[in-house]
Amino acid sequence: MLESIGRILGLTWKELLAVLKDPRGRFTLLVPPVFQCLIYGYVATYDLNDVPYAVLDRDRSAASRDLVARLDGSRAFHRLADLYRTEDLKTAIDERRVLLVIGIDSDFERRLLLGQSADVQAIADGRNSNTAGTALGYVGAVVTAFNADWRAAHGQGGSQVRVASRAWYNPNLETRWHMIPSLIGTLTLLQTLLLTAMSVAREREEGTFDQLLVTPFRPVEIMAGKALPSLLIGFVQATNILLVAQLWFQIPFAGSFLTLYTGLSLFLLAAVGIGLLVSSIAATMQQAMLYSFLVMMPFALLSGLATPVSSMPEVLQECTRVNPLRYAIDIAERVYLEGAGLDLLVPDLWPLALIAIVTLATASWLFRHRVT
Amino acid sequence: MNATSRSRQRRFAAKQRRVWSLVRKETQQIVRDPSSIAVGVVLPVILILVFGYGLSLDVKNVPVAVVLEDPSPDAVELAAGFQLSPYFEARLLTSMSRARELMLARQVDGIVRIRPDFARRLSQGDAEVQVLVHGTDANKARIIQIYAQGAVGQWTARRAAEGKDVAAGPVIVRDRIWFNEANDSHHFLVPGLVVLVMTLIGALLTAMVMAREWERGTLESLFVTPVRIDEVLLGKTIPYFALGMVGLSLCLLAARFLFQIPVRGSVWVLAGGSMLYLLVALGIGLLISTATKSQFVASQVTMLVSFLPAFMLSGFLFDLRSMPAVVRAITTILPARYYVAILQTVFLAGDVWGVIVPNAAVLAVMAAVVLLLSRAITRKKLD
Repeated sequence: MLESIGRILGLTWKELLAVLKDPRGRFTLLVPPVFQCLIYGYVATYDLNDVPYAVLDRDRSAASRDLVARLDGSRAFHRLADLYRTEDLKTAIDERRVLLVIGIDSDFERRLLLGQSADVQAIADGRNSNTAGTALGYVGAVVTAFNADWRAAHGQGGSQVRVASRAWYNPNLETRWHMIPSLIGTLTLLQTLLLTAMSVAREREEGTFDQLLVTPFRPVEIMAGKALPSLLIGFVQATNILLVAQLWFQIPFAGSFLTLYTGLSLFLLAAVGIGLLVSSIAATMQQAMLYSFLVMMPFALLSGLATPVSSMPEVLQECTRVNPLRYAIDIAERVYLEGAGLDLLVPDLWPLALIAIVTLATASWLFRHRVT
Repeated sequence: MNATSRSRQRRFAAKQRRVWSLVRKETQQIVRDPSSIAVGVVLPVILILVFGYGLSLDVKNVPVAVVLEDPSPDAVELAAGFQLSPYFEARLLTSMSRARELMLARQVDGIVRIRPDFARRLSQGDAEVQVLVHGTDANKARIIQIYAQGAVGQWTARRAAEGKDVAAGPVIVRDRIWFNEANDSHHFLVPGLVVLVMTLIGALLTAMVMAREWERGTLESLFVTPVRIDEVLLGKTIPYFALGMVGLSLCLLAARFLFQIPVRGSVWVLAGGSMLYLLVALGIGLLISTATKSQFVASQVTMLVSFLPAFMLSGFLFDLRSMPAVVRAITTILPARYYVAILQTVFLAGDVWGVIVPNAAVLAVMAAVVLLLSRAITRKKLD
């Protein structure tokens, strides 16, 4: 038993050396995740900041100017141009110079003062319909506030119904609070899986795997020796990203680090298991890499990182049950924002454990299978 | 005079023959290696299915709990408005604590609370509907808020039409989403898929293949043959260029016939822009492989500099216009960004030359730069 552990540690050490002795390898494993977290932390947001818009104000009255000033005052928009002709509106949007054009009719103020309702056109560039929808939502909110103030100022009665919205766990609805915890799992998965998949494939391609097989190592020990370094590197990467999230973005952390790391270790085990499975199938490094991509792409896309799992069709939602990243993102998010404890996370933890057990067992069987 | 031109002709014919045989060798390798086929054909198909069916930013049938604490007809009518809305799957409850439980278990994504004093306050002119959303997925939460506002607005409008005294407006927003009237997120996600497929085939596959030749030393043995460096590069790029075009056609066919995405511009503009981008991607792949000469490092670098930026920084998912200026400046060196602009415009808006020409020009310059650079680097490594 002790001997076995000694052998595994020896192999782990050799494996770490093989990966980290190359300064380029060291660099690509340790530096990019931090940079990526920094950049993507700013990028990965569906919130609108300073989005260019234009106004076609045919009224130029106090009321219309007030409405435009309110739009200018929101952090979401910044006015790029005042348009004078309807034709300009089309080119401004067509050529992507502005995301949104607000059109105000020439009888805007007159109608309001007469107590009639007045229209405001809001035309958004739907080439990214999500941004367009969000922008229109902001416009709606600004107009609602304008209406309330107008009615109050001009003593126009009529009972009104206000919608008072409040968001749990993320009061200002910042996408970043969802994205950055999700990046911990995503960035770690990509590199850990690839690293594990390549490690066995490299030995196979260089012919050293056969040499390894004639040593006293048992297949399980070889597998453990290959899995441990990836696990370690995965932990380091996850910790780095966590540090960026905590120190740079200062995302509020409601839960406990112990819970997060428990979830992460199961997740990393699952990721390494999948990597080993890929590498037990692949014959060359190229195959290992391309097959890894073949599994990573759907994992990353169907994880809830970019689009919510609940918006997917039922069949695909069922498919995401084998996706470790889906659980990792759920765990990170809930520990971060809700402060969920281990008891609440059980529905995420046992599938991860199951994925880890199944993939590691299959990979070890395949190693042995190849031996005989 | 005649003799020199004839010898030039002969040299050209030999050159053609050498390139052609390299292309044939590379093609055979692609066809024989299941993993190249996997990336060239299987991956586009998987991505098409994932993008077309899996990814969606549209929020429909959101499970919400409507807590009706006021049994008055007005309140019941408002609750019915939520139940009728196509965006919500409303569960009618009477206790807030039960709704809270459902929300904590994530069985509902939002709570609409109509308080006991709703009808009384409505008659006084100022009633309130409370909307609580689960904020972990902020984008979805915001869309739910907008829809909830809409459901209340429709109820108000209905009452106004019935002649009841409610304040609608006075300013009413008439909004329109151009190019995507149905507000269907597939219309912009599927064009994004083309970018990912082209990046993977162009950059990743090429980088791996070239790096392998370096690692195994087969490239150096090529150098002792009469084959010249630009011929080797041509022999490498032509087959992968063809593979990329196969991937592109697959994506276009699926977009058009499987998902009914309109192609409002011309297919030729689309093909032209794609070829330019493919050249850039191939050039990047060649550059990375020559610079790293190791499959492992090449694979990691390609993922970091081509694939992830194409996904995150190209503007196909996250709008470039709301990124901070620094990050926006970084995106200007990414080819994917220009390609996405062309794709989204040609797919959804039409042949808007004001968008297409500048973006295509940048891509052309980038293609020239990376291809020339990879040729220069490869030559230098020879001595």
